[in-house]
Amino acid sequence: MDKLIADLKKQIVDQLNLQDIKPEDIGDDEPLFVEGLGLDSIDALELIVLLQQHYKIKLESADDGPKVFRTVKTMAEYITAHQPKNV
Amino acid sequence: MPNIYITSSCVINDHVVYKNNKKVFENKHANLPEFLLAAYDNLEIKYPKFYKMDNLSKLGWLAAENLLKENFIKENYKPDDVGIVLSNANSSLDADLKYLETVKDFPSPSLFVYTLPNIVIGEICIKNNFKGENAFFVFEQFDANFIKQYVSNLVINNILQTCICGWVDVIGENYKAALFLIEKNSNPNATDFTTENINNIYQQHNG
Repeated sequence: MDKLIADLKKQIVDQLNLQDIKPEDIGDDEPLFVEGLGLDSIDALELIVLLQQHYKIKLESADDGPKVFRTVKTMAEYITAHQPKNV
Repeated sequence: MPNIYITSSCVINDHVVYKNNKKVFENKHANLPEFLLAAYDNLEIKYPKFYKMDNLSKLGWLAAENLLKENFIKENYKPDDVGIVLSNANSSLDADLKYLETVKDFPSPSLFVYTLPNIVIGEICIKNNFKGENAFFVFEQFDANFIKQYVSNLVINNILQTCICGWVDVIGENYKAALFLIEKNSNPNATDFTTENINNIYQQHNG
């Protein structure tokens, strides 16, 4: 889980072009939206693409978004629970 | 008919930023993304959203920031008083082509949002809380007379009290921005808002 969280932080910085932020600056439990990193709705779409591109995971329901993308840790938990076995 | 003035101008062309006809920044040995980033750093403004913009929005946003810096008294106007009228030749084609590349793999939402030319107006408005009338026109070439007529009509009829207008164009490594701040009150830098003066400023810095 620690490696997955570290990978996710780097992928988030790259995918969202967060040039002012280093992956290690993002806290595991830090909110990604509004407070914390302050991501916006377009960033949310990029996170959905990130899940598909890197982990072959499609969000089951749009309603799950706020829960899945609350923090890097919640993303990692969702990936662990939903990742296809052959990836 | 009230007098209308160009109270500030900014031209970005050939790796140089000109403010009121004076060179304020230059970075000759950079490609366009590097130049835009260097010009942003030179402004010493912390605005992380800049990094996410496409090149057209970055260019227009930088031109607007330089245009307004030290010349625009925001407190003189309500948000609805300030409008933006821009034009260019290549619409959002630069971003369109980059987005098309991503469609082959995973379409990029963050590139998709820039596949309209008027998004640059939105970026300037968001930064400055401008909420007045805005429009973006696509012409084969810069049309000073159209800009003069269209903006004058908005200001004379009190639809706007002030307007940022001009040209912001990017395609690949070719680019030019020429923005004008139009106000009813003059200042020591001001010139009359005429087709001739608009053309003079635009053409003065052709690379």
